[in-house]
Amino acid sequence: MPLIDIKGVSKRFGGLTAVSGVDLSIDEGEIHCLIGPNGAGKSTLFKLIVGVYQPTVGSILFSNTDITGERSYARVQRGMSIKMQAPSVFKELPVRQNLDVALQQKQSGNDLTVERERLLQLLDLADDADKPAGALAHGQQQWLEIGMALALRPRLLLLDEPTAGMSPEETHRTGELIKSLNRDGMTVIVVEHDMAFVRQIAQRVTVLHLGRIFADGTLEHVVNDPRVAEIYLGKAHHG
Amino acid sequence: MLSLVNGPQTNGNGRGFWLAFLAVLTMALIYPVFADSYDVGNFSYFLIWIFMALGLSLIWGYGGMLTFGQTFFFGIAGYGYGVLAIIMGGGTATIAALILSVFVAAFAAAVLGYFMIWGRISGMFFGIVTLAATLSLAFFLGQTAGPEWHIGGARLNGFNGMKGMDPLTVGEVYIEGTILYYVLIALILVTYLGLRMLVNSRIGNVIVAIREDPQRAEMLGYDVRKYQLLTFCIGSGLAGLSGALYTSWGQFITPSSIGLPAAAMPIIWVAFSGRSDLTATLVGSFLLLFGFQTITIYSQQAALVLMGALLLATVMMMPQGFIVGIAQAVGRRWQQLSGRKRSGNGSLQSGES
Repeated sequence: MPLIDIKGVSKRFGGLTAVSGVDLSIDEGEIHCLIGPNGAGKSTLFKLIVGVYQPTVGSILFSNTDITGERSYARVQRGMSIKMQAPSVFKELPVRQNLDVALQQKQSGNDLTVERERLLQLLDLADDADKPAGALAHGQQQWLEIGMALALRPRLLLLDEPTAGMSPEETHRTGELIKSLNRDGMTVIVVEHDMAFVRQIAQRVTVLHLGRIFADGTLEHVVNDPRVAEIYLGKAHHG
Repeated sequence: MLSLVNGPQTNGNGRGFWLAFLAVLTMALIYPVFADSYDVGNFSYFLIWIFMALGLSLIWGYGGMLTFGQTFFFGIAGYGYGVLAIIMGGGTATIAALILSVFVAAFAAAVLGYFMIWGRISGMFFGIVTLAATLSLAFFLGQTAGPEWHIGGARLNGFNGMKGMDPLTVGEVYIEGTILYYVLIALILVTYLGLRMLVNSRIGNVIVAIREDPQRAEMLGYDVRKYQLLTFCIGSGLAGLSGALYTSWGQFITPSSIGLPAAAMPIIWVAFSGRSDLTATLVGSFLLLFGFQTITIYSQQAALVLMGALLLATVMMMPQGFIVGIAQAVGRRWQQLSGRKRSGNGSLQSGES
């Protein structure tokens, strides 16, 4: 059964069509990567799923419920959790409090404290727990934001370029974390440029090009599609 | 629940702070014993404005919404108290008039806030709309001199202002002079501690998170608009409390208490003090009101110029606020000294051993 079902979704900004007639179903328990060259419409599609944008036409279903007109907070309350492209943490608040704002949605009292400490260890931020989040390195801020997303215990985790600005080691750790969450039953959608990272995690890949779905399937299927190599992978290799 | 008076959103959470707090409270409680009734009345006047300042600290400092509308709600509740106290016939009904007028101000905040927040008005436009609201009310009330402008037996009286309402009364006792002073101390204590508990609670966590990044807060499942509206209503309701108490204290209110210079004052008090801390706002606003009133005796113009200069100095030299800045500097020095003392003790002990 699809957890998220995108039906005929288009998004126009004035004369520009950023996403055009996208139909996409993502099953529960999948790690699904959205890839494509710059301007393909990946981030716009991501923002349509999370409710930052409303589609011009089409509908989006989450667990068979139409969520097309819902704002982001309502989608999060249904079980989505979102990490946007640019690191967005509460910069003047301590790391600990950043996690608390997320954790208090589901927990309180001692449970919250225990879970916060677990996440601080998992994210390797225990020594920086009292620092303002804005004082963390870029990669640490990315991790903190992923931690805040996990604190909501979502059914669907949406990550827009989660490894941007991370070192290769941090990127690898992020991949392993995503796979481990997926083994516990979490569905994950990732928008990503880094093909090595996509290879590490993806179970299914959708290639977007000029706002449309260009190819869809397993990583092997997509990588071996010569048209994909031409529009995206080829450019990436040569770039 | 009481443990929430201490937390990450308030400066001064240690034993030393609370001992100093108790000392100041004790001094405030015994002050009328030593002071003459004129000075006690003046102090009551300063204390009346503290609610408005604390409300602005909540809305602007904690919630991130710069509002010039504190005087709008001050005026609504101030005039509201006057009208209700006259219509309801004075006496103990003035207590109901006070409570009702504060609720009317909070309801007005809910209506104005709903249209602004749901209409996605934010940043400086929030300030502009609230300033427009307060100026509109001041202009409106200024042209109500004619006898046709009355509500029941309460004449609005244009620029001359409303008068003729009873002060707060319980039975046969007027709440004036020393009694009013103690009532104000009690109300400030409850408000201050209540706000500390609010900002250190789960709701407070969300309020400051929204100030930092509203979109991130929404992505954590919070309906940002509802939290902003709640913050705006509580802060504006406190401005209303100042307005109703002001009318009761002087038994008059004029449109000048709602106009442009009046609207700028709370911004200066709170900016100078340190908008993101309730204690700094409480202390700094009181000191500024005291200073302003003292200078006004000699020259009101000079007092206004000084207020403007203080705002300028705050923005340019210490944007986080002077009281907060001084408190942090003292705190750092205290830590250095106590650290030195500890290490001194340590070396002495190791020398002895």
